[in-house]
Amino acid sequence: MKQVKKGDWVQISNTILKAGDRAPQVPEDTQACDLKMWVKGFIQEDAKIGDNVEIKTAIGRMVKGQLCEVNPKYTHTYGDFVPELVQIQRQLREIIFGGESSV
Amino acid sequence: MSKDLSYSAINARKNEIMQSAMGIDYSKFELPGIGFDYEQMMREAAYSMEEMERIQREHAVGNTPLIELRNLTKLAQKYAPEGKGARIFMKDEACNASGSFKARRASISVYEAKKKGYKGVICATSGNYGAAVAAQAAMYGLNCIVVQECYDSRKVGQPEILEKQRICEAYGAEVVQLTVGPELFTTLLKLLEETGYFNASLYTPFGIAGVETLGYELAMQCRSTVGRDPDLVLVTNAGGGNVTGTARGMRKAKCNAKVAGVSIDLAGLHMASDHDFNKKSFTTGHTGFGMPFMSWPDRCDCPRNAARMLRHMDVFYSVKQGETFYITEALASLEGYERGPAGNTSLTAAFALAQQLNQDQVVVVQETEYTGAGKHPMAQLSFARENGVEVLFGHPDDDVPGKKIILPECPSMIKARPHDLNMTRRSYIKNCVKNYKMTEATLDDIQFIMEDSKASYEFVSEELQKHGVKIP
Repeated sequence: MKQVKKGDWVQISNTILKAGDRAPQVPEDTQACDLKMWVKGFIQEDAKIGDNVEIKTAIGRMVKGQLCEVNPKYTHTYGDFVPELVQIQRQLREIIFGGESSV
Repeated sequence: MSKDLSYSAINARKNEIMQSAMGIDYSKFELPGIGFDYEQMMREAAYSMEEMERIQREHAVGNTPLIELRNLTKLAQKYAPEGKGARIFMKDEACNASGSFKARRASISVYEAKKKGYKGVICATSGNYGAAVAAQAAMYGLNCIVVQECYDSRKVGQPEILEKQRICEAYGAEVVQLTVGPELFTTLLKLLEETGYFNASLYTPFGIAGVETLGYELAMQCRSTVGRDPDLVLVTNAGGGNVTGTARGMRKAKCNAKVAGVSIDLAGLHMASDHDFNKKSFTTGHTGFGMPFMSWPDRCDCPRNAARMLRHMDVFYSVKQGETFYITEALASLEGYERGPAGNTSLTAAFALAQQLNQDQVVVVQETEYTGAGKHPMAQLSFARENGVEVLFGHPDDDVPGKKIILPECPSMIKARPHDLNMTRRSYIKNCVKNYKMTEATLDDIQFIMEDSKASYEFVSEELQKHGVKIP
């Protein structure tokens, strides 16, 4: 298991409400899920993924939770290519500019 | 003794937490009966137009360009009857610090927080408002926490919201991310109590008044560049702040153009459903916020919501997801502006409605928003496919939220679907009766409902009587 060093930038998670303890207005499918929370910060002690640890967040708040990632990266992208968007673009340019200028 | 931090105990302390987190005594605006003095609240709690313009100018907000979309107008005219096809203009609000009109709301809220001596600000939002508050807080050297509803129970995040997390962190904010559910509000309360920070809610008088400069500016710019007032101003609508602030600003500029709210039609998707959460391809500007907030504005994180749609809106339209992706592509490939997609909701309706107006008339779309990884038609459409939503060409009327996104085969198929606001007025009155347990109404109550829903005395009294409420 990867060793995480005190001072590393990490993400922790917490279960805030257990399934079954959710707010009454929550629909049935969500009632069956825990309400979970994630937050990032500097870890206050050496630890391993899955340990219960304490972090200091970007604004200096101390939060305890289960260690889930070190240097968590941003995973969102432009997604897979969507060829329909090129078709739309070509259609529009054909309508407005027409003929050769659209090729 | 330490405070009880259970969810029920925190919720029970809601009023005292909110009072200290906003520094507004809402009780002084309450009227006998069900109403409150909205205009007095906006006058006393917010700022003058001149003060707001100054605050915003000093913080990289406002004075955004009004751009004529000539090619999109040309496209609309191709499908319009002879002589129809109004000129379409767009306020490029993406030019504000943090990339959206939300900077206008944040600038006044964060200024207020700084003035009142708070050390930090907190907001609960998965949208551009988080970025806006984080950016303004950075300018003032205030701490900022943004609470987001971000993931489903599999920890799959909506790409648009993941991008908002990144940008908030880029501006130095702490981002607290949650799975789906309305209990987010309790997390907000807990953080407000723990930190003593200011609640930079979207729905305070500051958050709404900040948008008034947008309505004011667009009227002035339209007069100076086109030489006339706009005929129709279209506003992407979710919680109602954009419509409210814009309409009020236009009124202050003595501009009487019709104000239309526009939302993406997400009928059938439950906003608090873990299953539905990642089935939607727009996380804001949709009917899932628009409809409930229209028929009951006081469902927000303030005792009284300063965003009140029925009070300010003249007409309301919905558009489909596929239509808005199409128009987003049109804006990029015909006009050279890569913006949105959610901010292009009202542009989609503008394209359709311009075809009903004369060529010398003017339609103004009052916002754009920044775009990028996650927050882009390509990211949203491929995410839809990953989550089992079909994406195909066809007729937009066949769109089924959560199941099918239909990209129009031809731009002529793009429509703005009018919504009967009297139906919403009826729901609003029904909610008044239910939430205030009304059995009889005073003249003051009726007057308040009339103003709050732009309805006649006859309409309001008839509806109240239908629900068994005695009227004077």
